[in-house]
Amino acid sequence: MSLAEKYPQEIQKIFAKYPPEQKRSAVMPLLYLAQREEGFITKGAMEEIAGMLGIKVTEVAEIVGFYTLYHDEKAGKYRMQVCTDLPCALRGADKFIEELCGNLGVKVGETTEDGLVTVEAVMCLAACDKAPMLQTQGSDGINYHENMTVDKTLELIEALKKSVA
Amino acid sequence: MAHIILRHRDIPELNTLPVYQRNGGFAAFKKAVTGMKPEEVTAVVKNSGLRGRGGAGFPTGMKWGFMDNNNWPHYVVANADESEPGTFKDREIMEGNPFQFLEGVAIASYAVGANAAYVYLRGEFWQVAAFLDQKIEEMEQAGFLGDKLFGTDYSLRIYTHLGAGAYICGEETALLESIEGKRGQPRLRPPFPPSFGLYGKPTVVNNVETLTNVPLILENDADWYKSLGTADSAGVKVFSLSGRVKKPGNYELPFGTTFRELIYTHGGGIIDDRPVKGIMAAGASSSIIVADEKALDTPMDYASVRTLGGDLGSASVIVLDDTIGIDWVVNKTIHFFKHESCGKCTPCREGNYWMQHLTERIHSGQGDASDVELLNSVARQMQGKCLCALGEFATMAVVTGIERFPEDFSVKTRV
Repeated sequence: MSLAEKYPQEIQKIFAKYPPEQKRSAVMPLLYLAQREEGFITKGAMEEIAGMLGIKVTEVAEIVGFYTLYHDEKAGKYRMQVCTDLPCALRGADKFIEELCGNLGVKVGETTEDGLVTVEAVMCLAACDKAPMLQTQGSDGINYHENMTVDKTLELIEALKKSVA
Repeated sequence: MAHIILRHRDIPELNTLPVYQRNGGFAAFKKAVTGMKPEEVTAVVKNSGLRGRGGAGFPTGMKWGFMDNNNWPHYVVANADESEPGTFKDREIMEGNPFQFLEGVAIASYAVGANAAYVYLRGEFWQVAAFLDQKIEEMEQAGFLGDKLFGTDYSLRIYTHLGAGAYICGEETALLESIEGKRGQPRLRPPFPPSFGLYGKPTVVNNVETLTNVPLILENDADWYKSLGTADSAGVKVFSLSGRVKKPGNYELPFGTTFRELIYTHGGGIIDDRPVKGIMAAGASSSIIVADEKALDTPMDYASVRTLGGDLGSASVIVLDDTIGIDWVVNKTIHFFKHESCGKCTPCREGNYWMQHLTERIHSGQGDASDVELLNSVARQMQGKCLCALGEFATMAVVTGIERFPEDFSVKTRV
């Protein structure tokens, strides 16, 4: 089903935010909408968005490529994005992600065998006083998890597992 | 002292409309729209000495005064991209005190004659954007946003726009490109946004914290605000304290508070009571200040921090203790800037690429003295040649780290 058929109200709301002659501004919110489906953006969705906005597919694809929260490849149901930037690293983030990966039996960038979680190291998430911290990106959006330990993160993964079961 | 920005810490449930209204909410906006000319509002802000809180410290009222009145419509954009490593104040403001922030957006919009304003939030603030959308809707229902406000001809709408993970979008022209649906790459400046901004129209771009100051300035007048802080830096600032301190967090303090008070009185001192070694006062974009007694007693205002060979920037104070190698710090910051360089200009794109190779090699103990020299030389060649401040900032920790902490670069290198 196309985005236009599936999300007519959401799309209308998105376009209402921008001047009618500036439709292209809707590309970022529309891409988030497209990503809700499978956690990544398909070629078909990019073509549909390009059509809605009257721009080239390449112009949509360059947005997907430029911004890190858009994905064009399938990963785990949840991306577990751990901040390992300077302020978090000063409070143990590097050790945290290493131990987390060890517990899950994956390397950074890899997905757990059950396809639930992909562990990623990301840049600053503006929660430096609550390190170690991570965000989970799934089809339902992005959530912050702060002051984390490996045990708490494993509990979180269990909860995610139950929620999708 | 009662908080001005982080007022939610004094007043429970300030993020609900009834509580905000009971505490004087929207009185300033109503006063402006019903009783003041736009230029009078700008004059109050100008006289208050308020300067931009996003890092550059540009006088806010002066920026509003630059709007080109021969070109319409006008826009206001709130910069909520908050992505500098070490900065985490805007999120607390938007979650804790959202209406004061939105009222600031509304007053700024009235002052520059904008009927539409955008709040640009970094994509990771997904939940914050949803929360603000809800608050904006409540304001519309209560008659604080929409058509013909307070029985006048003035109309205003506020919209949120989510970024999607790009540090560079904190740069104001890159941010505008991003709202326009393009890659977030900075424009050549001038022209500056007040003459050529969103959709090529005059636009004021202000940081979240800057705008959150505005309602109370209007309510209490410019002299009240100026009486806080120092002559050079009026008012209060939210200092984001992070790194090797016992109690990291946001602390709202008058400008001119010393580093020592921030780190020891508010931050509880250094973890394991180690000595403090270095301070990065403006996040990863900082020069690294040697934290000697003189530095610790230096007041945190724009001019004083400059005397230490640093900048206050957005006041994201990252504290380093003596367990931390500066070569490691520099490797971390360069890893960040290499990742976040937008690729538009060559010095930044290529410079960060090569600096990353060098810092990696030096930090892992594989480098020699000539690598340190080359790293320093690449950084200095970038300075003054990048399209925007990102490239410039990337060199700060490198150059000052090597210059001020040479021993951290010699231990790991084979001479």
